Order: sequence, then C-alpha cells, then structure tokens
Amino acid sequence: MGKTFAEKVLSLKSGTDAKAGDIVMARPDFVMSHDNSAAIARHFKKIGLEKVAIPERIVIILDHVVPPSTVEYAENHKFIREFVRSQGIKNFFDINHGICHQVFIEEGFALPGSLVLGSDSHTTSYGAVGAFSAGIGRTEMASIWATGELWMRVPRTIKIIIKGELPPGVYAKDVILHIIGTIGADGATYRAVEFTGPVVEKFSIASRITLANMAAEMGAKAGYVPPDSKTLEYVKERAKDNFKPVYSDPDAEYEKVLEFDVTGLEPQVAAPHTVDNVKPVSQVEGLEFHQGLIGTCTNGRVEDLEVAARILKGRKVHPNVRLLVFAASWKQYIEALKKGYIQTLAEAGAVIMNPGCGPCLGAHEGVIASGERALSTSNRNFKGRMGSKEGEIYLASPATVAASSIVGKITNPRNFL
Amino acid sequence: MKLKGKVIKYGDDINTDVIFPGRYTYKNLSPEEMASHAMEDLDPEFKNKVQPGDIIFAGKNFGMGSSREQAVLALKYAGISAIVAKSFARIYYRNCINAGLPAIELPEAVEAVKEGDQVEIDLERGEVKTPAGVFSFPPFPEKVREILQAGGLIPYTRKKLGLP
Repeated sequence: MGKTFAEKVLSLKSGTDAKAGDIVMARPDFVMSHDNSAAIARHFKKIGLEKVAIPERIVIILDHVVPPSTVEYAENHKFIREFVRSQGIKNFFDINHGICHQVFIEEGFALPGSLVLGSDSHTTSYGAVGAFSAGIGRTEMASIWATGELWMRVPRTIKIIIKGELPPGVYAKDVILHIIGTIGADGATYRAVEFTGPVVEKFSIASRITLANMAAEMGAKAGYVPPDSKTLEYVKERAKDNFKPVYSDPDAEYEKVLEFDVTGLEPQVAAPHTVDNVKPVSQVEGLEFHQGLIGTCTNGRVEDLEVAARILKGRKVHPNVRLLVFAASWKQYIEALKKGYIQTLAEAGAVIMNPGCGPCLGAHEGVIASGERALSTSNRNFKGRMGSKEGEIYLASPATVAASSIVGKITNPRNFL
Repeated sequence: MKLKGKVIKYGDDINTDVIFPGRYTYKNLSPEEMASHAMEDLDPEFKNKVQPGDIIFAGKNFGMGSSREQAVLALKYAGISAIVAKSFARIYYRNCINAGLPAIELPEAVEAVKEGDQVEIDLERGEVKTPAGVFSFPPFPEKVREILQAGGLIPYTRKKLGLP
C-alpha cells in the first residue's frame, strides 16, 4: 500500500516508516512565530536553557498589532527584538514586512516537501506550495526551540477534487467557503487535506494560499496542493533551503475522497457566527453592513486587490460603509501601488492601512461596535472576533466585499464585473 | 491518576474566542487574571460556579479556532481538572496534553451527564464514572502519557534535556 503526502513527509522528518495514526518525534525544517514570540520566549525560559537549539530554523515575523497601538504591545515587540538579537536569530522580520503567512511564503521558507510548524492556526497556508505545515501552540514552540523536535500524530488524509468551470465573479474564496459549508467546521479535524483537480491546477499560487489557509477552518492539521510547474517557478527564485517535492503515491490510502463541481457555483458568504454557516450570496443579498474589510492572510494579495480595484474603479464606497483595505505584505502592497490598484481604491473612498493582521482578530485598527455588521475577506467570523461581541461578521471574497461596499448591502459582484 | 469533580456542561463547537477572548491574548496576564476571563463571552457565571477539580463535559469540536494556549490554561488555572468532549479541535487537543490537562473524547459520557453531577475519572483504567454509569475510553499513547505524567510538555522537555 502506498503512502500519502502526510505519511511521507512525517516519515522523512522523523526518520521512521510512519503511517496514519502513529505518533512520531518530527524535526521541522523551519518554525514560525509572530507577536506571540515573547510569550513563547517566556515558556522557553521556564525550560531552563540559555540559548535556543536551532536559531537558524526559527523565523519570527511581527504582524499582529503593527505598529503597536498600546504601550503593552510596544513592550511586547521590544522584548521580541531584544530576544532575537540575544539569541542570534537572523530570520527576523519587523513590522514593515506584512502578515506572517504571506511573508513566510514570499521569503522562501515554505518549500515543497518541507515540514513547517507555526504558532498560529493558519500555518496551514504553506501547503499552497507543497509544504506540510501545521499550527501548534506556544508551549510546543518553546519545546522545539529547546530540542528541535516535537511529537506529532500522523494524520489521515482527505482528498478533495475540485472540478468544473468557475463562473465569472466566483473565486478560490467562494470555493473554499462552499467546501467548508458542505463538510463542516470539524469536517477535517486532525486530518491532512489534499486539494487537487483541474480547478486547483488553474489557480494561481495566491488562490491556492486562500484554499490552504482556510483548511484550518475545517479543522485540518494541514492543507496541501501538489506542487506543479507553477509552484516550482514560484519557489525556485526565493528558496531559503534545499527542497524536494513530495507527492502521495497513486495507491495511497485516503480516508475519504470528495468531489466538488464548481460549475454554476454562486458567490458564497459565511454568515455569523461560524465559518461553516455558508450560504449562496442570493440568500443574504440586500443585507446592510457597516464595515467592509479587504485584506488579511486569506485575501490580501495583488490578485485580490486587483479585482477590488476593477470593481471600484470610477465608483464610490457607499456613505454608510467604511471600507478598510490591507495588503497582506509590503511586497503585495508595493506591487499593487505600482499597478495603480491602491490609488483606485483610495479614490473610491477606501481607507488604506498598512499590511498586517489589522482588525481581523479584533486587536486594533478598525474594530466594530455593538450592533454593527462587518463583511470581510478574512477567515473567521466568530462572535466578538472583530470587536464587539454584539457585532456580526460575514465572510466573502474580495469581489463580493468590493461590490457590496458600493451598494452598502451584500450583493453579487457579477453585477459589477 | 484519579480526578474527581462536578460536571460543568457546554454544547457543540465551543470556540477559543469565547473560552478566552482575543482581546486578552497579547496581554501578559497572571494565572489568576487568566482564570478570571475564562468563558467570559459564553458563560459569565463560570467563574462563580467553578470549583477546583471540576470537569467540563462538552459537545463536538471543543476548542475550535485559534491556537491560543490561554484557552486551555485559563480553564486549568480556574481549577478544571479534565475536559471530556464528543470531539476536540486539533490544536486545542494538543494544547491540553501539552499543559498536562487530560482531554478525553467520549461522546457517550457527554450524553449521559448533566450539569452538577459528581463524576470521577481514572486515567490509568480509562474510565469515567458518572451517576448514569461507567464509560471507558482507550488509554493515551505512550508519548502522550509521558507528557501528562510529567505535568505537561515543558516539564517533560526539561526532563528529556536532563535539566533540573
């Protein structure tokens, strides 16, 4: 019997012949942490070591509350900068780089066939370029800093085949929302998810990141898109290490194989307060909202800003809506600036913010008030996540958020394309 | 290891934002402060009713959402000695083990108990004793047992590195 991608990578990284269900001690190629690195450092100090064991494998990216909005957050960043310096950690990205997941991929730390562990639930994103990447906790990260390894359960794998013809106005975000709505927020708990099929093959790296990013929202340990020529083209100029793509064997054992045909799919919206409460846009059309958000690690790349700019060009954001725009990284931001998308969005009345996590997790920069409704391209709509717990968050694609921001009500972007 | 306490019961899909709200995650809080915010957005009465040793029984996908460990630590510091759920979100399950807080998947036991019941868990035997009967669960894999026995991943790592 052949092996899945997950079984192969975890076998390689643990020096064992691992199969689904086994518990192995695995050594990640890189580990990623962000503003929570200070908390991790405090856990690390409790272990009693002076120096981290693997400084060259640690990547730290400040993105959650950037620039800091309170003295407490500023102190947190200061502590991390001092820690990074004293530990000789070279792979440090200060507040002028962007959201950790985008920066990690852009800087070439996410590589086909590699194992990455990150202290953030959306670490699943790196599967977009063929890495096995999973979110872990802070204590676990401290333990890896000390030993270079961590216990891992080898997951079973669900294969998702996406086929059909994507209608205009329907994007990777709609596809993944539709999948999550179908299989549920716990539909892939502790599983690896492989995204394959002709639609995935046609997707850009940016769109694949949207898929892998949101694998976390169906409970998955890792999301994975088999690397192809597009992937290799993308990673070859930025790779920070040697790599070798890993693929599932043709006779690998999958727990489930699910097929989704996206022909005729409507734009999708996740209604409060869970990501799997997904409806076609026609069922929520006309609902007024107060704040739009285009950006985040899910949908803050150039192609997302491009479609938003295309829709908003020569139009105005509705007076009842505040539209906030955050690129996912400095690189994405600068490219969108050069292409004129940022100017178009600003002229339409959008509030342009610096790349970072922004209000997605409710820490700063545009939280919502009680009774307010947000329409966001982010990945989570839990109660209270974006500010007041008496607020509501709807999730949608950048096109849906852009078009809806013109009308002031949730609308189908098709009417504006 | 035997754990004894009363049942505090919750439903399905309890997420980390209601167990420990995001607005506190980047604050450096003491264990007491963390405990005081536990379940704040779901059950404001939690902090008044919880007693040391109490055991949470919850529905499916408990701890879905963020990887924040405070969502485990806040419950542990509030006195919770174990969590029994129909199922756990992956990172939450890991965070429980790594904090030395037993996390047990046992849907039948969750169905059987009600709020306030006195229950007992025997980790070695893999048993949950409830007023409605005894329910068994498979023992933890060896590595997980070692981590729980050491009191969590940090003490386990210290032991592994030969640190005092």
